[in-house]
Amino acid sequence: MINLLLFPILLPFFFAMILMLFPKKILAQRTVASTALVLTFGVTLVLLYKVKTNGIQAITLGSWPAPFGISMVSDMLSVLLVLSSTLIALLVVWYSFSSIGKDRESFFYYPGILFMLTGVNGAFTTGDIFNMFVFFEVLLMSSYLLIVLGGEKGQLRESIKYILVNVISSALFVVTVAYLYSVIGTLNMADISVKIAQIDQPGIITVIAVLFLLVFGLKGAIFPLYFWLPSSYAAPPIPVLALFGALLTKVGVYAIMRTYTLFFTLDQGFTHEMLMILSILTIIAGCIGALAYFDVKKIIIYNIIIAVGVILFGASQMNEAALMGSVFYLIHDILIKGALFLLIGVIIAITGTSDLRKMGGLIKTYPMLGWTYLIAAFGLAGIPPLSGFIGKLLIVQGGFEAGNLWGSILILLSSLAVLLSVIRIFIYAFWGETVEIKPLTRQHYRGLFMPAVILVAISVLYGVGSEWLVPYMSDAASVLLEPALYIKAVLGGA
Amino acid sequence: MKTNDVILQTTTKIIFFIIFLFSIHIFFAGHYTPGGGFVGGLLTASGIVLLLLAFDLKTVTTALPINYTVMTAIGLLLALSTAAGAIFFNVPFFTHAFDYFHLPLLGKQSLHTAMLFDTGVYLVVVGVTMTIIQSIGADD
Repeated sequence: MINLLLFPILLPFFFAMILMLFPKKILAQRTVASTALVLTFGVTLVLLYKVKTNGIQAITLGSWPAPFGISMVSDMLSVLLVLSSTLIALLVVWYSFSSIGKDRESFFYYPGILFMLTGVNGAFTTGDIFNMFVFFEVLLMSSYLLIVLGGEKGQLRESIKYILVNVISSALFVVTVAYLYSVIGTLNMADISVKIAQIDQPGIITVIAVLFLLVFGLKGAIFPLYFWLPSSYAAPPIPVLALFGALLTKVGVYAIMRTYTLFFTLDQGFTHEMLMILSILTIIAGCIGALAYFDVKKIIIYNIIIAVGVILFGASQMNEAALMGSVFYLIHDILIKGALFLLIGVIIAITGTSDLRKMGGLIKTYPMLGWTYLIAAFGLAGIPPLSGFIGKLLIVQGGFEAGNLWGSILILLSSLAVLLSVIRIFIYAFWGETVEIKPLTRQHYRGLFMPAVILVAISVLYGVGSEWLVPYMSDAASVLLEPALYIKAVLGGA
Repeated sequence: MKTNDVILQTTTKIIFFIIFLFSIHIFFAGHYTPGGGFVGGLLTASGIVLLLLAFDLKTVTTALPINYTVMTAIGLLLALSTAAGAIFFNVPFFTHAFDYFHLPLLGKQSLHTAMLFDTGVYLVVVGVTMTIIQSIGADD
């Protein structure tokens, strides 16, 4: 089965088309959408096993020889990302059954999610820079549908901003690819890497590297390009927010990691130092935002920005510990952000508000929810047995090894800010005097709570079993550290 | 006052078929000359738009009772399954095949699976264009 690595892209795509045929039959929509995601998840597990045993999987579409056709490459990093994004999509779809409402469900909501997953999985798997642009557009267009679907006033206002920013960044992406093509003359990522090494990265390539940072930074929300994110993400309903928060910025982060470890490795004194400074500023900006608000959505949204900064700081260090830490933290962050958004969704559904000052005393009526939230919050901050610990530890270790003392200390300090920001939610919402709430029906509550608990449980396992995950993560980091492995898998021998 | 648009409607009835035939020609010629699924689809859609201009929305939907969303989905399915056919022969996805056939009337012709893919593109383009125009036109 040489086409196996394409199945995580093709299956959601195929089932999304099927779903377009009967938009009004809600029960069938739910069944087909969840079947599609379970199938995709299963196939990705098989792919993970294959990548682990047989090494990097690569295929060039249409039986053309490698630099001329579109290559699709599945290394350990991309297969892990595909696996976790499929998992998030599956649990978000489950959560949507009891939260999104019939109107949205009967107007192409599930096809939207599946098309978005097609784009996300495609962007993680592609080995061609222009094909990556196309998959970015696939996921962005589906996200335009999901952000505006429902047509509330806030959604309409924010979707205009969101679309405007993304259209501009996509245009910039095309211009950047055009520059790169005119200098290098190829679009295949492995081939670009070879050619850049041959011409020894002259100044123009460094300019293109900065342009790529600009493009992917707009998508992935780094400082100072994150301005659109907090208000745009606060507009759509919770399941869509969870999907966006867990996946979309991570695609930008992945693209930065990929281009900065595969293409632009010869002038690290400039490019990687710039990436490091920007990532530190991103962390600071995120911490300020996370502590400033009394709105639960805004607090978690600013935590996305902090995580983007932490991952990119790891990626900019270019040593084994930091890159492995980045991969650990990237997967952890996808899981934990999904879990946190689903949990605050439950809190908002119970209290009917997202303002912390109007909540209180939930621990008496919903103890399970409270303790689950607390575990997720500790996981986010990186308290030892939980999932955020190992990634941040390795990133800080890598930072010290590379001699960036202050950056590493700042990352440690940012953990405190993260912990404070999420514990504030716990203190305000679960402790204190009980405010009047409208209790959910048992079935409704269970439908919302179960996916969130499963996600928290997976993130706890991820933290506890990190020793067992180390071989996978070191495989992923070794491809980032040695582009030769990637190039050999795509272009063959030589 | 009701305007009399008999000239517009009569010319449209003739011109629509010319546009439609031209779009089919452009579509089939795509492999060897400029053209293909995208332009062909746009031309067909513009023919239907001409009908919409000369008559009203209700008349056109009665004459062409097509659900354009379903048409888009079928086009996508056709394109995907053409490309996915390669999976069953265990060659890389999107590998096309062609051969020469002796067809009645047309004689020796090459038939290529890229044609099926282009048919998918054609259906998607017509479906999407008409969905956009119909939903904006039907909106009060």
